[in-house]
Amino acid sequence: MDRIPILRMGSFLLVTIQVDLYDRLALTLESDLVQMVNKTGAKGVLIDISAVSIVDSFMGRIIGNIASMSKILDAETVVVGMQPAVAITLIELGLPLKGVHTALDVEKGMALLRTMIDEDPEDDQEDIEHGPVAE
Amino acid sequence: MVLSLSKDTIQVVKEQDTVFLKNRVKETATRIKMGLVNQTKLITAASELVRNMLRYGNGGYCDIEVVSSGRNNGVRLTFVDKGPGIADIPQAMKDGFSTGRSLGLGLPGTRRLVNEFDIKSTVGEGTTVMVIKWANG
Amino acid sequence: MSLTTNNLLKEKKKNILELWMKNQLADEGLREDLISNEELRSQSEELIDALVDNLTEGIVADVNADEWSPVIEILGGIAITRARQGFSPRETGNFVFSLKEALLEVLQSETKTDADALFQESRKISRIMDSLSVVTFETFIKGREEVILRQTDEITEISTPVIRVWDGILALPIIGTLDSARTQVVMENLLQEIVETGSSIAILDISGVPAVDSLVAQHLIKTVSATRLMGAECIISGIRPEIAQTVVHLGIDLSTIITKASLASALSYAFKVMRLEVKKIPAVQKF
Repeated sequence: MDRIPILRMGSFLLVTIQVDLYDRLALTLESDLVQMVNKTGAKGVLIDISAVSIVDSFMGRIIGNIASMSKILDAETVVVGMQPAVAITLIELGLPLKGVHTALDVEKGMALLRTMIDEDPEDDQEDIEHGPVAE
Repeated sequence: MVLSLSKDTIQVVKEQDTVFLKNRVKETATRIKMGLVNQTKLITAASELVRNMLRYGNGGYCDIEVVSSGRNNGVRLTFVDKGPGIADIPQAMKDGFSTGRSLGLGLPGTRRLVNEFDIKSTVGEGTTVMVIKWANG
Repeated sequence: MSLTTNNLLKEKKKNILELWMKNQLADEGLREDLISNEELRSQSEELIDALVDNLTEGIVADVNADEWSPVIEILGGIAITRARQGFSPRETGNFVFSLKEALLEVLQSETKTDADALFQESRKISRIMDSLSVVTFETFIKGREEVILRQTDEITEISTPVIRVWDGILALPIIGTLDSARTQVVMENLLQEIVETGSSIAILDISGVPAVDSLVAQHLIKTVSATRLMGAECIISGIRPEIAQTVVHLGIDLSTIITKASLASALSYAFKVMRLEVKKIPAVQKF
């Protein structure tokens, strides 16, 4: 069965959706992602949908679910790279994805996650004077 | 008056058929030079309707037509199923109503995405949903 | 050979054309500035040729017959071109009316004393030419409508410029009424520009919007929500006091969007969000 790969980047998880999702694939992603957040103790989830041309109410609901579930597991979710046409369609559909953070691209999403979880990443050399953050 | 210029029928019985249907809708919309935003709205509407048809109507078929009215060209989609039907259409068209476990945006949301929307249903016989999206609407 | 309109047309084609041209050229409404005599002649000749080729006894009686379509096509083409070139309806109509005159004139000289034949044939000619004039007007109006629609499209395009006011900040001044078609264009342009420039803040300035009712407010809220979905923030600026009043009186909830009175204050808010500072540099004293 098809699966969407989930990449681990430090304390964040990155999912890049390259294909148009059908329902079962989206449901698999939801459960895989929540499992992965739990297993890795990730603090943030980035979902890159820049290659997705259609987000309908079901996909919207899955994204909302992922955000809420991750939140319970203490991880923030940021959806990045939504296409303008997709954004306009979602608004018209009546689905403003409340509670989901958004950013223009992966880089800005990453920066947003950092400020949200107020993390001083160990790989960031300039900031070591704050000392290690308890995991 | 709406004239039908071409017609294509696609059977939908399993989830994978929806991918094919969406691609065919996209092809048709591209052929009549529909803008990207309107295309996206149309395909999203198709996606909602085909899910409804699979989930509540046990599958069915969809007619994809290129239609024209005056100087306007558009795509008409007609989803026909022989499912249980909808007893109370006005209620089903209300935002937030759902018999299944979903957001209940399906039908009212879909109506906002297209230019024309028509639903007919007979309990025990099935449901037909017709939508039109004009290329420049 | 009995005298019928179609025979008449075939035999006297040259005559009719000359007469018609004479009529057209004599007309006071002739627009030499818009169309040259040669062009007028070739248009007229084309139409007469089409009439001669397609006019048979059978279809004279039935103005809806399919055989008319080549004639109607040519006439429609002429009418549409004239609408685009800026001819008035009267000037366009005269094109067909003067042909009728010419036809009747030739008919009269041919029938001479046969009053009955003259009446029968002129009735036919009238019927044909009347239906052709209707076609002319219909197509003319359609041509004008197309001109109007194209201009509307152009206005919508022109009236929604997206300005890059700072690195990462876009501004979009809206002038005129914001209806749903316009909102669509504004939204598309704005979102596209956000993607292209990677801007994280957009300022929608509505100083030029005459009134904000609940529909316009809804359009604004939609635009703001769509911008947020993309991962950027949208500020509405240029809210005049009377607009603030109507918004509150109408019970419109704008609390979910960031509003500023002027473009300047929206910009300084944007600077703050982006952690930028604009400072006045003290003048260097020279001694």
